[in-house]
Amino acid sequence: MSTPISLTPQPEATLAVNDPAHRWIAVCMGTGCSSSASTEVGAALREELVKNGLENGVEVRRTGCFGFCEQGPITVVYPDETFYTQVKPQNASKIVQEHVVGGQPVERLLYKDPASAVLVEKWHEIGFYGKQQRILLGNCGVIDPENIGHYLAKDGYQALRKCLLELTPEEIIDEMISSNLRGRGGGGFPAGMKWKLARQTQSWPKYVICNADEGDPGAFMDRSVLEGDPHSVIEGMIIAAYAIGADRGYIYCRAEYPLAIERLKIALAQARQLGLLGENILGSGFNCDLEVKEGAGAFVCGEETALMASIMGERGQPWPRPPYPAVAGVWGQPSNVNNVKSYAYTPRIMRNGADWFRSIGTEKSPGTAVFALTGQVQRTGLIEVPMGITVREIIEDIGGGVALGKRFKAVQTGGPLGGCLPEQYLDTPVDFDSLRAVGAVMGSGGMIVADETTCMVEFARYFMKFVVDESCGKCPPCRIGSLRMLEILDRITEGEGTLEDLDELHRLAEGMQRGSLCGLGQLAPSPVLSVLRFFEDEFRAHIIDKACPAHKCKALITFDIVAELCTGCMVCGRNCGSNAITGEKRGVHVIDPDLCERCGMCAEVCKFDAVRIVSPR
Amino acid sequence: MPVSLTINNRSCSAPDGATILDAARLAGIEIPTLCHHPDLSNVGACRMCVVSVQGARALQTACTTPVRDGMVVDTMSADAVATRKFVLEMLLTDHPNDCMGCEVAGDCELQDLVYDHGVQWPEHSGQRHDWPIDPDPNPFIFIDRNKCILCSRCIRACGEIQNRDVWSFAQRGFATKLVAGADEMLLDARCESCGQCVAYCPVGALTDKMSRGKGRTTQVETVRTTCSYCGVGCNFDLNIRGGQIVRVTSAQDAPVNGMALCVKGRYGYDYVHNPERLTRPLVRAKWLTGVEEKVNSNQWTVISQAEKRTATHRSTNGASATALITDNRSLITDDTFIQTDWDTALDVVAGKFAAEKMAHGGDAFAVLASAKCTNEENFLFAKLTRQLLSTNSIDHCARL
Ligand SMILES: Cc1cc2nc3c(=O)[nH]c(=O)nc-3n(C[C@H](O)[C@H](O)[C@H](O)COP(=O)(O)O)c2cc1C
Ligand code: SF4
Ligand code: SF4
Ligand code: SF4
Ligand code: FES
Repeated sequence: MSTPISLTPQPEATLAVNDPAHRWIAVCMGTGCSSSASTEVGAALREELVKNGLENGVEVRRTGCFGFCEQGPITVVYPDETFYTQVKPQNASKIVQEHVVGGQPVERLLYKDPASAVLVEKWHEIGFYGKQQRILLGNCGVIDPENIGHYLAKDGYQALRKCLLELTPEEIIDEMISSNLRGRGGGGFPAGMKWKLARQTQSWPKYVICNADEGDPGAFMDRSVLEGDPHSVIEGMIIAAYAIGADRGYIYCRAEYPLAIERLKIALAQARQLGLLGENILGSGFNCDLEVKEGAGAFVCGEETALMASIMGERGQPWPRPPYPAVAGVWGQPSNVNNVKSYAYTPRIMRNGADWFRSIGTEKSPGTAVFALTGQVQRTGLIEVPMGITVREIIEDIGGGVALGKRFKAVQTGGPLGGCLPEQYLDTPVDFDSLRAVGAVMGSGGMIVADETTCMVEFARYFMKFVVDESCGKCPPCRIGSLRMLEILDRITEGEGTLEDLDELHRLAEGMQRGSLCGLGQLAPSPVLSVLRFFEDEFRAHIIDKACPAHKCKALITFDIVAELCTGCMVCGRNCGSNAITGEKRGVHVIDPDLCERCGMCAEVCKFDAVRIVSPR
Repeated sequence: MPVSLTINNRSCSAPDGATILDAARLAGIEIPTLCHHPDLSNVGACRMCVVSVQGARALQTACTTPVRDGMVVDTMSADAVATRKFVLEMLLTDHPNDCMGCEVAGDCELQDLVYDHGVQWPEHSGQRHDWPIDPDPNPFIFIDRNKCILCSRCIRACGEIQNRDVWSFAQRGFATKLVAGADEMLLDARCESCGQCVAYCPVGALTDKMSRGKGRTTQVETVRTTCSYCGVGCNFDLNIRGGQIVRVTSAQDAPVNGMALCVKGRYGYDYVHNPERLTRPLVRAKWLTGVEEKVNSNQWTVISQAEKRTATHRSTNGASATALITDNRSLITDDTFIQTDWDTALDVVAGKFAAEKMAHGGDAFAVLASAKCTNEENFLFAKLTRQLLSTNSIDHCARL
């Protein structure tokens, strides 16, 4: 056997990444922060350091996502761990002069807690991070994703070395089974079991495939992992390949993720250069190479069989299972499909052991969960929490509660294939089985909070519209059934629904669930069913009273000016696009309901809250 | 090794690698299908063949699920039957209510299944497709996308049997549309008009253009025949109504070709009823004796060149076949064609062959045989050429 290639990183990299006294500034260059000019922030900081003769003493480092994207661009000054939000290039001189040189944090750029109005200095002290446990995202915001040396300094590729040189494929699979890592793409199927099936199939070649299609609206968990820590995914894939006996693989990545694709390609090239990909990896005799495939831009291409069809250049449509991919997948050969996060956990599990992994989270759902928290909460962003945390803790402690002092109404998990939970279910623990038991699902990690101003009928309609647009059209229950459901929901939001429509929704939902070919059609009725279950009164209000309790459905509301509150300031009239408002200066104004387009502009501009929305009309 | 399983409480066995559908059919148990066709790959799209399998999380499609030893299948479970009805109902909500006027009524898999399952016509106010009917100018294939159930049988037939890959689906969801090439006209999309797609379409979405309105399958008599165009010897059924061929349908049990035919076999039958078709031999008057007498006794007929030209002109305008024939004896010249009988014509040919051979020997001949002949006929041709005409100069039109 040839001498194993050294995995010892350059001493500078080790020092930069692991020395607590190292002076450096992290500048987030994930998609969120880059789109608000973090690249320019980085350049400005470098320039400022040069001006102060500090370019050799302080490192400015591009990092992956911190998750708190709504406050971006994010910049953290080390070793103090001072967390700056909404940093602009022109703030660079203050940060360098006041903080780096003067040792005083720039108060104006610190995060102010909206509830207590207190300025928070260190990033782990921000409420958003308080209950988080960053394992998968551990390297995000810390290492430079384009520098393999940084990954190596964080023990990167040590798991691969151990697997290839010390363990048999069976031992790896046993360890993975014992860790009970459940697939993070939504289904929660134990990864180790899947690998075992693929290993058992006697046919070559075999493939490892990473599902990085991430099509849920608003989700960006996988993107952040790929952008911030691409090597962890690659290392996980090589380990999986060795375990199942594959020597090649694909990373199927959404084409809408250009930065993730670029970082992946850089990482693959670096790994190849170090002999971590290609032939005779680390002198073990094991060969494996991976390539990036860009997605075809359809939600259904995240479904594993459609994904493989797409890799083969076919139309992205699912095919029926069995045979499962582990038996006959891409090009008819055994293939192991896992989500980005499932692969990214793998090196951590193989390095630290199954017991370590099982010590996090719950017994049946060990590990952490990564969510994209969005909607009407104070703090939105990407979060990583231990399984078993309650939905309430996520919304209230991490998200800071519902925004603008509004009342909470529902939280949707699992995106368009998931379900919603009302207030009384907020103490449900977040894990695969508990969420499923109450009609929501873990999904791949979207979490949308809706407040009292959300119309739940419209909420359900929105997801059904998404499905109608994204159904691949292969099977009639989904292709036609989803449209029939949407037509009913449309009718109800327009005040033309009947009570029979509710039964019809149930009947169509059942037909889709039972008859559809793939998970898309089978799960698509879930959001509607969960709204019907928890918010049937809203449906009935739309149907019987022709009223939208949340005052959102345009066909069911009317705008009215309260005479006692109207000061006759004329602002509403000037802003109304349809000239529906009349009234003299200092006289009471009136809206003509026939001309009113119900755009809501008057209510928005009235400083005296004199415009009232009435439903029913 | 055969696999044993239980279907509807009956023990059955099926070869390894068989699907539940194969096993059921072997056991004489019927499972409804739409997108499945035994000649084509299985895609599991239509969901008609769903069955309950003990231990499975959800219904399985019989056409795609391989059998396992000990498998317990119920093809008529309440869930399976309800799902089939739901699928049919959904398909009908996007189908024109046109069985009355439809070309394939009585020969439509959808119509039969709707009947078998007692599904009512679903009235609704929602969206239904309204594609233009017969938008493609090709002469053979009539397209009505409103009737298409997106089963993809045409796509697979064209790709897997004809290897032309003309058809595919564009768009997705409810907007999914069957398109030729990049949504072009068939003849611009590599179509060679073989009509395989029409033959495999289970509904009235693709039909034979020339046959429309001329007779449904229930109204015609069929005659199995062998194609006269080439030596392959494809079999098919002539569909006859009122003594006229109105359509050609291919048949799965045709020994040589199964369902496959080429454009000539499937659509090239119009010559049969063409007024210009030669049914008896024509010989120039100068090679014959006793022309006057035979014509006068109506055994032979005179075909004048001038008349023939105008008759051709007229017959393309719908004039009758008899217009070809004239009894204007004054027009007979040496070169006038006389419609004779086969014996006379063959005697003339044989006599001339013999005379040429006497005068110049076998090298005076060269023979070109035809691809329309069978192997046996071509063998006889070779014999005739080499043994009677005494030359080896024989070739075949298919040698390009
Ligand atoms: C409509 C649909 C969309 C899906 N989209 C994704 C996706 O974007 N990413 C993903 O990892 N899994 C997605 N899945 C799940 C995959 O089919 C598959 O189960 C998963 O990639 C397996 O990986 P895991 O075991 O690591 O979770 C989707 C499933 C369905 C039915
Ligand atoms: S369920 Fe929907 S997305 Fe899935 S195969 Fe059927 S039509 Fe396509
Ligand atoms: S006629 Fe033949 S070649 Fe043309 S589309 Fe149909 S199957 Fe394909
Ligand atoms: S045209 Fe006929 S065969 Fe082709 S997809 Fe439509 S229904 Fe099926
Ligand atoms: S016949 Fe099996 S799914 Fe269509």
